[in-house]
Amino acid sequence: MFTLIGGTAILALLLFFAIRNYAVQVAQSAQDNILGASVTSILDAAVIWDGVVEIDIPYASFSMLSTPMDDRVFYAIYQDETFLSGYPDLLITQTKDRDISFQTITHQGELVRVATASRTLIGKDKRTQIRVALAQTQDALSGTLDQISQNAALFVTGFFALATLLSFWATSATIGQLKRLTNSVTRRGPQDLSPFEKPVPLEMLPLVVSLNSLMARLDHSLSQSEEFIAEAAHRVRTPLATVRSYAEATLQRVDKEENRQAIRSMIRAIDESSRAAGQLLDHAMITFRADHLERQNIDLVALVNELVTRLTPIAEMKDLSLRLQCDEQVLFSCDPILIQNAVRNLLDNALKYSPSDGTVDVFVTATPSIRIGVCDSGKGFPEAELDTLATRFSRGSNAEGTIGSGLGLTIALDVATAHGGSLQLSNRPEGGACALLLL
Amino acid sequence: MKFLLVEDNKELANAISSRMRIDGHVIEHAENLRDATAYIETGDYDLILLDIMLPDGDGRTFLRKHRARGMGTPVIILTARSQISDRINSLDLGADDYVTKPFDHAELEARCRAVLRRKSGKSQTVIETGGVVFDPVAGLISVRGETVNLRNRELRLLEILINAPGQVFSKQKLADRLFSYDEDVSENAIEVYIGRLRKHLNPSDLKITTLRGIGYRLDHES
Repeated sequence: MFTLIGGTAILALLLFFAIRNYAVQVAQSAQDNILGASVTSILDAAVIWDGVVEIDIPYASFSMLSTPMDDRVFYAIYQDETFLSGYPDLLITQTKDRDISFQTITHQGELVRVATASRTLIGKDKRTQIRVALAQTQDALSGTLDQISQNAALFVTGFFALATLLSFWATSATIGQLKRLTNSVTRRGPQDLSPFEKPVPLEMLPLVVSLNSLMARLDHSLSQSEEFIAEAAHRVRTPLATVRSYAEATLQRVDKEENRQAIRSMIRAIDESSRAAGQLLDHAMITFRADHLERQNIDLVALVNELVTRLTPIAEMKDLSLRLQCDEQVLFSCDPILIQNAVRNLLDNALKYSPSDGTVDVFVTATPSIRIGVCDSGKGFPEAELDTLATRFSRGSNAEGTIGSGLGLTIALDVATAHGGSLQLSNRPEGGACALLLL
Repeated sequence: MKFLLVEDNKELANAISSRMRIDGHVIEHAENLRDATAYIETGDYDLILLDIMLPDGDGRTFLRKHRARGMGTPVIILTARSQISDRINSLDLGADDYVTKPFDHAELEARCRAVLRRKSGKSQTVIETGGVVFDPVAGLISVRGETVNLRNRELRLLEILINAPGQVFSKQKLADRLFSYDEDVSENAIEVYIGRLRKHLNPSDLKITTLRGIGYRLDHES
């Protein structure tokens, strides 16, 4: 915008000087023509009569030089090197016959334009050279120039104003289009890589076309990288599963306690690495989705109930009872995939840290606020660490010996924060940890 | 129980199969969807374990096709993917449950049992011995006609012992089957479960014998 106006200003200045310069040239050549004609007519009036030079300066020679500004005229006539008439102090230069030379000099303190010419007269036995210099002040000329300059300045200012207005209009029209385009880019969700809608103004078409092609490429590479992650997970997890299954089978056949101990450590290491990989992927997915929640109106009770059903076999393996207490229906607008992931992590924790024959209580309530709680009957959170447990990779000091990545509570906290809620950790008075997702 | 395992990775299939056989299950293995179709058409299975990424197609497409044709056999998907949206998708397509690789064998068994219980209520392989009728799927035993409800670990303990009568199991071996690897298990815990099971089996001819310092054995007293 400012570049455009600055450019216009420079252009206007250049234009002004160009016009002025041209005017000076035209005016000067007009004065020169008249001066030249005048000098020639004086020279033409010179005759040689019986060896004597006679010059009868024609009246027209001076009258043609008259101007509205009453410019003064000076002249000097020389025969060979002898001064004949006029102003002896007028500087005179040598010229060839019939050539007229023009000069701008200072004469009697004024800037004058001088035309000088010479002519060789041939009489009986005599050759003599007549030289004439004719000078004129430049008042009229500079008057004309001033006027032209004024007009040029007016014209150029008009041009500048018009160009500025035009550039204002052009930029605001273009920027308006750009703003609309920017808005439609900003409002997009992370998964929305569909092309931009037409119609767009003709001038914006190339931009929109290239944006759309970028979208298409991005879409392609995203789906490729999603496939790549799925494929990579498959490549890593399948051999891990092989090792784990073999290890479990071997454990049943081996009797020596030290070998069994080694195999158990192996299985634990496999579990630890696969759990960490899974949670890192989940955490990345959550960070990605948290920026642009894909909200749906869902029933939290149904969501939690499904999770509880799915985890019941695992609870049964440890002879744990998983109890769900909830209102009939708790509707909430949220990203169900995120909420599910958060609750699943809380449930995983509760199942992991509860001793055999224990109880895990899950509740979903709508009053006084929407909350999902998971309470176990384990050792509880270490009181001193309640504030720091949800930090990434932080694990409770009493969690040693239990497989975990230190990301579960972080995921739950991130999900709660993304929905404008919070995660509250506490210990039950009767023992056991309580994690409360306040939404 | 009789399983069909559809898994293209031979090593993994062997590992799962050998682990399954230890528990006394029958397991057949198909490496691709074409073979799987042949097995389904000719055999009768309690449960199908289905991998998703197979050389001749997607396991989920296969499942949808067979469900549409009326196949009622329960299916548990073995997936290496971990995204939750993927999990939900699998269940919508007619799978009964899924486990994520690498999986805990005990978890797989627990899920199989839960699925079968939901689907049919009883398994095709009921064991009858010494006055005890044992249905591993329903988690029920009846002793001399009297139904006894077992807790999960008691049930699994009985299953281990009843599948290999006369064989001695050390406390450690039993602990490895009953508890997950990250639990701290005292040997005392095994004694507790053995004690409970003994009480349930008391009226029958099945007796759990303690071999001091060695382990336990299920004996049939005639």
